Order: sequence, then C-alpha cells, then structure tokens
Amino acid sequence: MASRSYDIKSYTGFKFITLACLVILYAPLVVVTIYSFNASKSITVWEGLSLRWYVDVFVGPESEKFKLAAMNSFVIAIIAATVSTTIATLAATAVVRGGNFRLRTASLGLISLPLMVPEIVTAVATLIFFNAIGFDRGLMTILMAHIAFCIPFAYLPISARMQGIEDTYEQAAMDLYATKRQAFTRILLPLMMPGIISGFLLAFIVSLDDFIITNFVKGAGVETLPTAIFGAVKQGIKPNIMAISTMLLGLSVIMVTISYFISKSDNTK
Amino acid sequence: MTGGAPNSGGATTDTYAKARTWLLMPAWLVLLVLSLTPVALMLVYSFLTKEFRGGVIWDFSLAAYDQFFFDRGLFGDEPARIEWTYIGIFWRSIWQAGAATVLSLLIGFPTAYFIATRPEKARPIWVFLVTIPYWVNLLIRTVSMKFLLRDQGPLNDFLMFTGLIDSPIHIINTNFAVQLGLFYSYLPFMVLPIYAAVERYNFTLSEAAADLYASKWVTLRRILLPAVKPGVVAGCILVFVPSLGSFLAPDLLGGAKNFMIGSLIEEQFKGNAGNWPFGAAASMILLTLVLIILIMFTRQQAKSNKAGG
Amino acid sequence: MKNLLKSTAAIAALALSTGAAMAQEKVVVYHWFEYIPQELVDKFTSQTGIEVVMDTYDSNEGMLASLKAGGIGTYDVSVPGDYMVEIMINEGILDTIADGELANTGNILPEWADPSFDPGRQHSIPYQWGSTSFAVNRDVYSGAIDTTDILFNPPAELSGKINMLDSQGEVMAMAALHMGIPQCSSDRDQLKALNAMLQEAKGNWASFNSDTAKEVLVSGDAAVGQIYDGFSAKAREEGANVEYAFPKQGYIVWMDNVVLLKDAPNRANALKFMDFLLEPENIAAVSNYARYGSGLKDVAEFLDPALATLPESNPPADAGAGVFIKVCDEQTQAVYDKIWTNVKK
Repeated sequence: MASRSYDIKSYTGFKFITLACLVILYAPLVVVTIYSFNASKSITVWEGLSLRWYVDVFVGPESEKFKLAAMNSFVIAIIAATVSTTIATLAATAVVRGGNFRLRTASLGLISLPLMVPEIVTAVATLIFFNAIGFDRGLMTILMAHIAFCIPFAYLPISARMQGIEDTYEQAAMDLYATKRQAFTRILLPLMMPGIISGFLLAFIVSLDDFIITNFVKGAGVETLPTAIFGAVKQGIKPNIMAISTMLLGLSVIMVTISYFISKSDNTK
Repeated sequence: MTGGAPNSGGATTDTYAKARTWLLMPAWLVLLVLSLTPVALMLVYSFLTKEFRGGVIWDFSLAAYDQFFFDRGLFGDEPARIEWTYIGIFWRSIWQAGAATVLSLLIGFPTAYFIATRPEKARPIWVFLVTIPYWVNLLIRTVSMKFLLRDQGPLNDFLMFTGLIDSPIHIINTNFAVQLGLFYSYLPFMVLPIYAAVERYNFTLSEAAADLYASKWVTLRRILLPAVKPGVVAGCILVFVPSLGSFLAPDLLGGAKNFMIGSLIEEQFKGNAGNWPFGAAASMILLTLVLIILIMFTRQQAKSNKAGG
Repeated sequence: MKNLLKSTAAIAALALSTGAAMAQEKVVVYHWFEYIPQELVDKFTSQTGIEVVMDTYDSNEGMLASLKAGGIGTYDVSVPGDYMVEIMINEGILDTIADGELANTGNILPEWADPSFDPGRQHSIPYQWGSTSFAVNRDVYSGAIDTTDILFNPPAELSGKINMLDSQGEVMAMAALHMGIPQCSSDRDQLKALNAMLQEAKGNWASFNSDTAKEVLVSGDAAVGQIYDGFSAKAREEGANVEYAFPKQGYIVWMDNVVLLKDAPNRANALKFMDFLLEPENIAAVSNYARYGSGLKDVAEFLDPALATLPESNPPADAGAGVFIKVCDEQTQAVYDKIWTNVKK
C-alpha cells in the first residue's frame, strides 16, 4: 500500500454522502424533538422553550385517549413478543438442532411468510379471515395478528445465535449423563439468551410500531398508539403529537441501545 | 437483520431430532391458521361476487379480475379493451418504489461502503447510528417528514433564511415527496446488506487491480461491484418490496391525490368503493408480483453463490 | 425468562381487569372526528355513570364500510349524514326505536321530525345540520367567489392550491350542481360530460383531504378548500382569512343524525345517550363547539350569540338553492364509482 500515493479503499465524496445521509435520517426527528418543546400552540411559530405539551400529554383533554391507547399498545406488544419469542425459540431449536428432515424447508418458508407478504396484503387477508369466521374484532384480533407477524422477527436473531453456538457444550453435558431436556434448559437456553432477548425486543418494537394491520383488524373504539396518532395527525400535526413522538423516539433509542449491548456481550467464549 | 428469508444455512445438528415435531407444532399451528389460511381465503374472496357497498356474496365470479384488466366503458356495455387504470396505478407504484430504491442506492451504497471501510471497532457505532431512526415508528417518521417539508415548514424557512431560495419550494403533495418519504422509511434496509457484503469483501482483489494500473473507479465498477452484487440486490429488494405496498407515505406526503396500490386496496375495504372481491384480487396481483421478484432474487442469489464457489 | 413471563402475566391480568371494570356500563359511539366537545361527553358520564367509548371516522362511506366489515354488533350508535341514513336503512343495519323509548323526541323541530331519509324518525334523531360548499383564502384571491367555477374551473392564481373533500358523495354532488345536471343522472351524455369535466378539473387540485380540510386552510397549504360551513367558521376563528362561498349554482345541505345500530351491545345505554342529545342545552353545546345548527326547539337561550350572525350559516339572498345528496341505485352507482376512480387514478 505504501507504494501507492492513494488509499485504494477510500473514495472522495463517500464520506460526504455518509454525513449527508445521516443528516437526512435525523433532520425530521431532530426538528420534531425541538418543536415538541415549543411553547406556542401553533406549530409554525416558535415562542420559546416549554414543557407544556408534555404536561398536556399526561393531563390534557386527550390524555385519557392516549393513555388507554398506550396501555393497549404495550400490553399487546408484551404479550405478542412473549408468545412469538417462545414459539420462535422452539421452532429454531427444531430447525437448527433437529437434523435434516423433509419439512425443514417448508417450515422455514412458513416462518418467513409474514416477511414476504406485503403488509397491506396481510392486513386485507387477516380482515377477510376474521370476517369469514365471524370473529368479533377487538383487542384479541389485534393480538392474534401481531403474534403471527412477529414470529419471523423473533426467529431471525434467535436462529442466527443458535447457529453460532457449537453443540459441543450440549454434547459434553449429555456425556455427563444430562438428559436432552436438561441439556436444552440448562445449557442451550442460557447460551441462547442474548439471541432470545434480541428477538423479543425486535418483536416488541415491530408490534408496538404496527399501524396498517392493526388499523384493519382493530375493533370498535379500540386504539393502539399508532392508530391513535394517525387519527390525530390526519387532522393536522399538533404539538402534543410531537411530544408523544419524542417520548416514543426516546423509548426506541433506549431499547435498541439495550439490544445493542446485549448482542455485544458474547457469553459463549 | 430484518427482511428476506431467515437463512437456512450453517451446519445443523440433530440433537433434538426426536422432539422436532413438537417443537415446530406451535409455529406451524399459529402460522397456518393466522398467515396461510387468510391468504388462501383472500384468494377465494377474489373469485366471489361483490355485495353492493361492502361484503361478498358466495357466488363464483371473475368480475374482480375482469374489472382489473378489462375496460368496458363507463357503462360496462362497450366491447372490452385493456383497462389501463389499475395497471397504471400499479405502474405508478412500481415507478415510485423504483425511484425510491434508486435514491436509496445512490445514498446507501456510498454510506455502506464508507462504514464498512472504517476501523473494525468503529463500525458497530456507525451501523448503530444508521439504524436508530428505523426504530422510530414509521408513522412518526412520515409525519416528521411532512412537518419538515411543508411550504411554511422548517426546511423552507431554513433555505429562505440562508438566502438559497426566495420563495418556498413546493415539495409536499408531489410525487417527489412520496419518493423522499419511501426513501426515508426504508434506507437502513439498503445500507445493512450492502455493508455486510462490503465487509466480507477481500480488498486484496482491489489491490491487485490497482497494481495492474486499473483506476479507482474502474476497480470499483469491475472488481468490487460484481463481488458485492448480492448485497446490493438484497438491499434493493428490501427497499422496493415494502415501498410497493406502502400506504402511509402516499397518503400523508402525496396528498391522497393519486392512488398507489396500497391506497387502492385500502379504499376497497375502508373507503368509498367497498368492493371486497376487487380489493382481494388487487392484493393477489400485488402478492404475485412480489413473489415473482423474490423468486427471481433467490435464483440470482443461488447463481452467484455457485459462481462465487 | 421466568421473571419475564411472570411480569407479562401480571400486566396481562391487570389489563384484563381494567378491561372488565370498563365493561360494566358503557356506550360505544362511532362518531365523526372533532365533532363533540369532550366536556359534553364528561357531563354524560357524570350524569349517568355510563362511559363513552369513542371511535372516529372521516367519511360516511368509510363508516359504512367499516360497519359492514364486522363493525356491526360492536358499536351502539353512529352519526351518518342524511343520505347515509337512507342507505343504512336499505342495508338493514339500523335498529328501530319503538314509540316511547326516547323521552325527548318532542324537542325535535317539526321540519326535522319526518325527514325523507328516515320517515317518522324510526331509526334516528337529529344531531347537527349545515351546508357544504367551499372557502377561499381572501389574502390569495380577491375576485368573486359566488360560483362553483372556483372549484372546477379556477382562475390561474388558485390553480394547484385547491383541497377537495375525500368524499365521493360531496364531490359528485357539487360537480352535478356545477354542470346543472341532476344528481344520480343516468343520462349517458351527461355522465360522459361529468367524467370529462372532472378529469379536466383534477389538474387544478392539490389534494383530497376531509380530515385536514380545515387545517390546510389555516396553515396556508391550500388557498381554496371544499369544506363544511362549521369547519370554515372554525378556520376563520383560528386566524385564516377565509370566506365561505354560497355559489349561485347551489350548494349542499346536510343533516347528521344519531342512529341506533342493529345488534347494539349496549342498547339501553345508547338510548340514554340519544335522549341526552335531545336536550336543548346539550345539543346547543355541540352547536357552540361545531358551529352548526341543531334541529331542536328551544335551543336559542343556550347558544353562543355569535352563531346567529355567523356568515357561514346566513346565505346571501342571491345564493343558489341548498340540496341534499341523493342516493343512487346500484347500477348508476357503479358508473359513479368508475368516474371517481378515474378522478383518483
């Protein structure tokens, strides 16, 4: 490399584009965060720093609606993420540690189905399904739909992790007369934890985020945060929506940071 | 990290071979009932007769597909011609999604390349920076974009303040706003696969090319690009496919003025039209389109895997 | 994992128990957005102990579609416009209110007691009535606005700055007035001309939005907006220099009505809610908030005095006639659906 006067790896302009890319990615979020602290009732005029819209979110006229929506969102996200992570962990064990079998490819295809089908199509199909079997729409229908489409998101980090764990640990345990069940619960599962937690967080965020499918299958008066926000912004962006957005932004950043540090801590070595 | 088929690769063992039926049972059950059956039912619905103002009548009918592909005039009694309306809507969606993909590629590739050529320790931080916005609710990001781009919004204020423009540029409610929104929604999907591919790339190949007096740009085009092509293709698909069926960006940034596939389908179930079989048929056509793209992608991947040894 | 499961179970149990507590006494209302003051809802709850669960929609057609897609049996009441009441009756998704089930029906003004869309008021009570026309930002355009040309054949300075309601019924009815043809016309030449006119007009329109119809005028994103009279008044009160037009070709008159839905899960509470809205003081609170007329007797003393002189509810002498939106038969509607798709393709 020293023989050449330039670095073969670097291209002029790429650094600039990268920085521009980050600016584009963050500009809207930063602007909304700043304006959420605006004292003015109007979104177009800046009147100085204030926390009034954060107060408004918790005690204002719309606070009840948003609290209920947030409650629904979190309960659904926690249950959907827990159930789908459990299902995905079991499925990953079968696919990664179950040898070769005829339905392996079919299983993988089925698990990735919710990823391949465009969201609007899933939404329509789920609506038709509940309508055809005469299932009343409500919290339950949202939950069921969320569990289904969260499975592949939970599955991805879990199976990636399991492929990275050599089975010598389990073999050693079984050589020492551990049963397969013990090898699974005492050895494999603890080693899997970072993958399982990543999978859980991914599923949690995906469920918390979902708008299109929820909007199609939600029942009367049942709102999640995204549908409540959509309903509110359809009538124009208001400062309290920016405050909610900023809080959700903070939550997402915290969660992804946790997930990042967990995935960095590698306990197989 | 997301999207694409979960990879089936890696060596597997058969430690739990005996229990695998039971281990897979919950996933099969849930996905058969809640993912596959609904899609199958949707296929059935697309061949049913529409009920006036929403719902279906259980009589076999090809009317939905007929409406999609054939134009029989305003009153339905002229000889059938090809109906360009819905093909046009699909074409516009494909075009918009394509433009967003190209935009993502133009910005995403240099970004991914830049990140992948940072010192190994710094890379995760950069990846982290690029992915954080993706974790913010898509709805909130789209709304933020709308707020930023308004005629009297911060972007125009800023540009006028700096004296770059005299009067606001009109961006909102245009096709460009929709493309920008889609680009913004799915950019990390473009960056991550390309980053992974470039990171695996063996730079001694470029060194060799440079030793043979290839210019930097020739090296990039002839040596690096072919090597990282699978990553580029994967990124394009991960941006293109969700853009194709998107609903929020056209609705919020495009002013709901021009139908895209997503809004056309939505309108059949939640809006004015109330034509369920037609909505189901349009969904089936979209799904077919996406599956064709995915199959082509898998074939291409398989080919390049073979070629790469 | 165990702890995670435990806390999940605890949260789920908590959610279900609050859900159960709420399930005791409630009424599920499917309502237009921004159309009832929160204080009035609170007043109902404190008077009766019945909680109001509210879901909102932004067009009559969207409401109907959602009800037919499984909403029936989950909502108690909704608030359709005149023509939509007729459609819902034809669809058989409204429950009948027996004589004597409502105590306050005597408060309904005689002219609204037996409307053509619900003879004998068997399924509905009046909520609010008003008009749909359009508002023009006077900072942008100072010329005459008493013509539907503003929407369908606008002067150059307004082209590309027009927001239309995202509602087939309202756009089509206005277009029919503009062309001087009857609504639900099945005359081929008239329909062809209507289709061509809308294609032409579309080039001048910036967006289709019902729910932001007011917001786009206030923010200046649009200079002309097809809009309801009360929304126009609110936009003016929020600082937009807009004038509501009464075109000489005519404008749309509408009445929104509270209807009792079939299979209402809380039928008794729904009737209490309707009776509550039939009290002059309560419906006047809606009028003060939404800036529309009420259709009840003896509301004057509770009304904001400014309402009486509102330019939006006092058409000038030379204004065209106000007309209700008509319900087309299935065959004609299919043509109108096609024209609408052509407009939005």
